[in-house]
Amino acid sequence: MLDKAQQLKVQFGEKVAVAATPADLEQLRIEFLGKKGYISSLMAELRNVPNERKKEAGQIINEVKQFIEESIKTKNIELAKLEEERLINAAEDYDVTFPITEDKGSYHPITLVQRELEDIFAGMGFSIEDYDEIVDDYHCFEALNIPKHHPARDMQDTYYLSTNQLLKTHTSAAQNAILKKYTPELEADRPIRVIFPGRCFRNEKIDACHENTFFQMEGVMVDKDISISNLIYFMKTMLSEVFRQDITVRLRPGFFPFVEPGFELDIQCTICKGEGCPSCKDSGWLELCPCGMIHPNVLISGGLDPEKYTGFAFGLGLTRLAMMRYGIKDIRVFNSCNLKSLSQFENTTFTTPEKEVK
Amino acid sequence: MFVSINWIKEYVDLEGLDIKKLINSFTLATAEVEDIIVKGDDLRDVVVGEILSVENHPNSKKLHLLKVDGGDKIYDVVCGAPNVHENMKIAFVKAGGRVPAGEITKATVAGFESEGMCCSAFELGISDDKSGLMEIDVDAPNGTDLKDIYPIEDIIFEVDNKSLTNRPDLWGHYGIAREFAALTDRELKPLPLSELAYDGDEKIKVTVARPDLVYRYSCVKMDNITKNTSPMSLQIRLYYCGMRGINLLADLTNYIMLEMGQPTHAFDANKIDEIVVDTPKEDCKFTTLDNTERDITTDTLLIQNGTTPVAIAGIMGGLDSEIVGNTDAVVLECANFDGVSVRKSSSRLGLRTDASARYEKMLDPEMTVTAAKRFAYLLTSIDAGAKVASQLTDEYVRKYPEISIDFNKAYVDKYTGIDITNERIVKTLTALGFGVTENGDNFTVKVPSYRATKDVTIKADIIEEITRIYGYDNFSIITTKSPLKPVRSAPVRSESNEIKDILVKHYNLHEVHSYIWGDVRKYKKLGIDVEENVKILNIESSDNGTIRNSMLPTLLLAASENKDFGESYGIFEIGRVVDGLKENGYANERRRLGIVLYDKTVTEKDLFFKAITIINNIFSQIKHKAPEFKKVAPVHAWQHPKNTAEITCDGKKIGILNTLHPTNAQKLDKVAKVVCIEIDVDDFITVKGDNIEFCEPSTQQSTYYDLSLIMKEGTTFAMLSECWNALNLSELDSVKVIDTYDNGEIKSVTVRLIFSAKDRTLEMDEVQGWINTILENLKKIGIELRN
Repeated sequence: MLDKAQQLKVQFGEKVAVAATPADLEQLRIEFLGKKGYISSLMAELRNVPNERKKEAGQIINEVKQFIEESIKTKNIELAKLEEERLINAAEDYDVTFPITEDKGSYHPITLVQRELEDIFAGMGFSIEDYDEIVDDYHCFEALNIPKHHPARDMQDTYYLSTNQLLKTHTSAAQNAILKKYTPELEADRPIRVIFPGRCFRNEKIDACHENTFFQMEGVMVDKDISISNLIYFMKTMLSEVFRQDITVRLRPGFFPFVEPGFELDIQCTICKGEGCPSCKDSGWLELCPCGMIHPNVLISGGLDPEKYTGFAFGLGLTRLAMMRYGIKDIRVFNSCNLKSLSQFENTTFTTPEKEVK
Repeated sequence: MFVSINWIKEYVDLEGLDIKKLINSFTLATAEVEDIIVKGDDLRDVVVGEILSVENHPNSKKLHLLKVDGGDKIYDVVCGAPNVHENMKIAFVKAGGRVPAGEITKATVAGFESEGMCCSAFELGISDDKSGLMEIDVDAPNGTDLKDIYPIEDIIFEVDNKSLTNRPDLWGHYGIAREFAALTDRELKPLPLSELAYDGDEKIKVTVARPDLVYRYSCVKMDNITKNTSPMSLQIRLYYCGMRGINLLADLTNYIMLEMGQPTHAFDANKIDEIVVDTPKEDCKFTTLDNTERDITTDTLLIQNGTTPVAIAGIMGGLDSEIVGNTDAVVLECANFDGVSVRKSSSRLGLRTDASARYEKMLDPEMTVTAAKRFAYLLTSIDAGAKVASQLTDEYVRKYPEISIDFNKAYVDKYTGIDITNERIVKTLTALGFGVTENGDNFTVKVPSYRATKDVTIKADIIEEITRIYGYDNFSIITTKSPLKPVRSAPVRSESNEIKDILVKHYNLHEVHSYIWGDVRKYKKLGIDVEENVKILNIESSDNGTIRNSMLPTLLLAASENKDFGESYGIFEIGRVVDGLKENGYANERRRLGIVLYDKTVTEKDLFFKAITIINNIFSQIKHKAPEFKKVAPVHAWQHPKNTAEITCDGKKIGILNTLHPTNAQKLDKVAKVVCIEIDVDDFITVKGDNIEFCEPSTQQSTYYDLSLIMKEGTTFAMLSECWNALNLSELDSVKVIDTYDNGEIKSVTVRLIFSAKDRTLEMDEVQGWINTILENLKKIGIELRN
């Protein structure tokens, strides 16, 4: 009996040593500890053992049993560890430097610049309006105090349509409609503060610097007591936001029929800080946007009393700003539909300020 | 326009002022200066010389050997000019001196030493006359520095003509001098004039037959003119201001134009009997003094001698009545023509002159007689014998109304936002020529005639006059006091932005911008005809004359032009189309989203269903709604007859989805598949978005049941849906397609119906009951289970 128990122990020891998988181990468990296993049959033999030795023999069998159980447990952990190691070793070592190509969409650069400006203006309390591209003579000219025989109305500048309408030549064509739309606001003592970006058309020959289809953004602010001084303050603040640096502005007289006084606004060259460089043609200044106090006749056309209300308007060349922002030298890129150019404008993060204004 | 500071100084004393700063303040207060050119800097040691002797060069026919008295000594000079003669006073540059072309050094020319150079006016940079040596036309001892006798040193600045568009008064030096006077608080001197003294009876008869095109026509005759060359100093001034010297009379008319902004015209008096200002009865030919025959239409105003045209009014004179060298009598026209008429004629003729450019700006008719008096002054001061030979004819046909404007200090304060004193206001306006009456804080100003033709009409114009001279740089800048208000943006903008975000970020599409018109020639490449629509009347290329009625053809073109970009890409644009006419006859402009998917890597069917997921996603993300699709007959010839579907939402048509007609598809790309979507954004924004209604998820186990169904020809999934939707079961959670099968003969689809109840776990029997009903419904439309 005793011998048999010891033999079993040795036998198990040999077998467990060569067990390589949890399945082998399970096999061993069944072989030794199962209902019909060696331990069970040994237990059955206990019947034949004299009573006085039964206790001792039982203890020995139990010890062997416990030994086998422990060994299986330990071996199991050992095998699990080995299996882990095997899996790790067998796993592929991924090359993180491997080039991954992923299709990415893109926005039109005008959309990006427009959104950036819209955010700035929204932050300054401006509403954003969208307006027709096809308008009539009244909205494009007459309501803007552009007299019948003004050169701006000549055929060579404007695309006239068979419907007795035209393709709008400037975003100002929306001014009249917007003044009218917001009059109730004004009467409720809330100022008109609106921007209206849009696509404009001029009958021009296309080259690297000229397009017949381009984007502008116009803004108006009307209230009681809006002054030239307010206009200068506003333009300076707004442009400092746009260029993300403190901008020095200067105003020169500029003639536009829909403003009085009208100005050409220059900003001090952001590259040379006014010292003079090729970007500003050595003048130290960049002509940036026309602006002015809304002409009383325009206010009247919009249904407002110029004795009661004053306001200013300004225009920004979105296409030109986009060219400055991204260093686009050829204006034809914008309407080219060329994805090799346009797919570069992947998302709403912009170039760093240092790269701006080239 | 070029402006000479020397000329300005004749009317305003600029002594002690920094000229460049002054020019800069002119930019800020008046008009943009584009360039400043310092003249005379590049001339050194150029003196009055006298040719004492002329000898032929032994080996050259062209060259002469000269002895030149340079004041300090006699110089040996080798000279190639043709017009050399003894005792000729010339401009001489000594070796070591310089002219614009460079430094002059002692040199050996064809074997003889030359100690300097005799100069032509061109070589001195004061004229374009290269014909020979310039003869000194003033008395000055030899050796006198040329700069002491001629106004060679000057500062010329160029003003951007565009910034003078609205300022007719600034098209001459005198008007610019007025600005300088106002800017410097200095006095503006009057123009020296001669009264037109004449005792006789002669008077040129002038008939203005088109008073609607003329404001004023003045003219006077002068005779006994003996000189025909202008003094060098006058020629230099003209040259610096961009004109060339021609002859005395022509130069004087140019001089007056540059000085006063008033164009004048000198006719040979022998060719003029009576003047008729009229448009021709019928189209005719006329040769202008540039020796070009021009086609004159019946709406072109002409100056006629009786019935013979002698000039195109305000644009250019005729060759036949041109002043030539030997003219001794002249009829000087000082007129004021309608600006619009001159502009239209000039653009019709393709002939824009210094005169027409000025008339276009609506000149002050008050100037005509002054110009005649100025002409008389200048002519007699150069040619003392010249005399006025007729009475002044002055047909003042139309006058601009006098303009008087009232305003008060409070208005100025409100408009400017700063405090400009009454004294400053009066001083500025007076300096600019406005008549100011001040009564406490109230002002009445009379607008001077030269600002009253169109420029200054209302109070706001007066504000500009006050503020620009005050200086915008001197403004304190103040924020507004407007109250806060909530900002709402038009939904079309926010929803357009959302659409763009979905397409770019979710589906990796590329946004493009294409033109609003269709290009006939390019469309042809895709076999697409430009459909009848609103037209552009005056586009350069008639190929582009029609406004698009769909976004898709331009985008299809764009897709086909990007083939080397990649195997698979999608592009989109939110732009405008014209969808026919509105009731009032105006174009029905619509905002449209166009999407074109281009792919070489998938089947057209897969691409079509991708397009559907894109549309579904746009609707669900922005509206929280599902669109419906319904097959329709194609609207455009390039749409596929079978696979064109209307996109609707809440029963309203929102857009269209289609593959291409095989003909167009083949032309676009033999390999790639293309699918198009067009959504009317204006309609899309009117779709009312559904709110999110939160619903507690069921905690009960759900059960599913899969059915593999054989699809007969002509069966749509919508027909299947009807079979289970008819039960109206709240326990039917969802139905998914989990598999499709198509071996060419049998087409089948496996759907999974998922059931659950909120309050109980469903029993299989209950579900089987529903399934049986569904199967019966399916059987009714001939759909069987696949075994």
